[in-house]
Amino acid sequence: MVASNNKVELICPAGSLPSLRAAIDNGADAVYMGFRDETNARNFPGLNFDETDAIEGIKYAHDQGKKVLLALNTYPQPEHFKRWEKALEYAAKLQVNAVILADPGLMRFATENFPELRLHLSVQGSATNQHAIAFYHEHFNISRVVLPRVLSASQVKSVIVNSPVEVEVFGFGSLCVMVEGRCALSSYVTGESPNTCGVCSPAKSVRWEETSTGRQSRLNNVLIDKYSEGEAAGYPTLCKGRFQVGKNVFYAMEEPTSLNTLEILPELVKMGVSAIKIEGRQRSPAYVKQVTRVMRDALDRCQSDPDNYSPAESGVAILDKVSEGRSHTLGAYHRPWQ
Amino acid sequence: MKLSLGPVQYYWPAETIKQFYDKVANLPVDIVYLGEVVCSKRRELKFDDWIAIADKLSEAGKEVILSTMTLLEADSELKRLERICKNGRYLVEANDMSAVYLAQNNEQNNSGFVAGPHINTYNNETMKLLSECGAQRWVMPFELNKETLHQLNENRPDAMQTEVLVYGRIPLSFSARCFTARAHNVGKDQCELRCITDDNGLPLITQDGQHLFTVNGIQLQSGAPVNLLAELDAMAELGVDVIRISPELLDFEQVIEVFHQVVNNEVSPQLAMETLTNYSEEQKWCNGFWHGEPGMDWKSVTGI
Repeated sequence: MVASNNKVELICPAGSLPSLRAAIDNGADAVYMGFRDETNARNFPGLNFDETDAIEGIKYAHDQGKKVLLALNTYPQPEHFKRWEKALEYAAKLQVNAVILADPGLMRFATENFPELRLHLSVQGSATNQHAIAFYHEHFNISRVVLPRVLSASQVKSVIVNSPVEVEVFGFGSLCVMVEGRCALSSYVTGESPNTCGVCSPAKSVRWEETSTGRQSRLNNVLIDKYSEGEAAGYPTLCKGRFQVGKNVFYAMEEPTSLNTLEILPELVKMGVSAIKIEGRQRSPAYVKQVTRVMRDALDRCQSDPDNYSPAESGVAILDKVSEGRSHTLGAYHRPWQ
Repeated sequence: MKLSLGPVQYYWPAETIKQFYDKVANLPVDIVYLGEVVCSKRRELKFDDWIAIADKLSEAGKEVILSTMTLLEADSELKRLERICKNGRYLVEANDMSAVYLAQNNEQNNSGFVAGPHINTYNNETMKLLSECGAQRWVMPFELNKETLHQLNENRPDAMQTEVLVYGRIPLSFSARCFTARAHNVGKDQCELRCITDDNGLPLITQDGQHLFTVNGIQLQSGAPVNLLAELDAMAELGVDVIRISPELLDFEQVIEVFHQVVNNEVSPQLAMETLTNYSEEQKWCNGFWHGEPGMDWKSVTGI
């Protein structure tokens, strides 16, 4: 579905109440957040919202006419299904503007019990084409799909034209290299994955070692990377490590880098995306403030005068500073990346 | 329990694939899953070639199922998916919700479908939904464990069958990016189908020598093959109907034979494990997912 009048929402991450305020104060149209448990895909220690914060945060956003989306985007297993049901009931009670779901079973529960509640299909729902989207639309009447970061720009365009619902895409932030919702790399190494526990390469499995040849990072004892003296060491996410394939040791999957769409923003707006999402609920309020500001400015300029848009150099520099590896990529949007 | 042979994950030359399935026709597997499931650029066999293999296997008494790809992006890929779903003769294994969508709305294929391992069947509510859409079998997602299987099977819909991967490298993830091409320092559009020389994928090794993953085009697999030979009795008790072996060129005949013998109580798991050990250069299997541990772990039950 092509967005009407090229109206594009800016969706910003709220991993905490201060982040939520930073997003709203700096130009977010909506924030997305999660409860403080494994019902969402950023289940990190010290992050997310308890009841008091959730109520206060939602009020703060709604008072300023902004939306709150609640992520319940992990896959409940039978033993704990009730926990997700309760979270969903609570989200409905809090009057969030939409819930972001991935699990078909939970979507069915939502449709049957809260028919008025607006549903977004999470990126973890792993819908990469029009037929998959049509499945969720037909069964659960979803209003929007968040696309996995695996499609080229022209494929995104094709999905938008053929999708029965609004399309949201990632505009900035850490880059999942694998198709989201169907990646078990983390559980293979640590026993915990985004689908099952809402985490990838969990912090409790990380170990840093200082050796005579330099620093090393390990994940559940598996060597992810070695750093020479003075070399910046990034968080040891599995798919951003250096491994040997053939004769070479290199970033076999992806370098530590962030997705940045400033360059193609007018193109995304023109093709009719309904919303641009910023990744980073695990990041600080300062990150949220800076990224929201840059993206708000860029999006405003894109919408008022798309033909004369170019990314502001200062904006690019600000975003690079908060990027993984201080570098950026267009990821799969740009065909040669693939 | 029935024995199935999963779809070939690697890119083999046409002649190799044909010879492989000629042999499979005479091996003790009940169900054979066919088709390209990883990358749409792999076209050694065309749709009609696959159907010809399907017909041969079907004549040999095998139940044939056509597997579909996991990551579907391009319109051309969707067209091919539609052709598979509308084949009119063979059941389809759906590995993406797009295939479920086409299978459920397909008058030519009203016999249903198999919900493959890349459909996220993590709870009974999802299983019930899939059943209503026409799923007659579900393949357990690889990262789930035996306790979850127990809970899911206790409340599964009446006609729903359960299938579990018991041997072979585990497909762990898919990407828009081709990692085989990347290892050769070229992009996907310049890949020249280099993966055709990797019969069993490319090892991805940590800097201290651990074979962690296996690179197979846009797919990453486990470094070690899963081996649940010692768990077959437990699986039968949990209501597993079908056990799946994932094909590799090396030793597939022996692996199938060994699993067949254990399922039919001709050989004890203990003895069978020793036979399997003889086939491997090193002992490097995993079974962590089944036991609720990191998937790469190996927990020995038989002492091997």
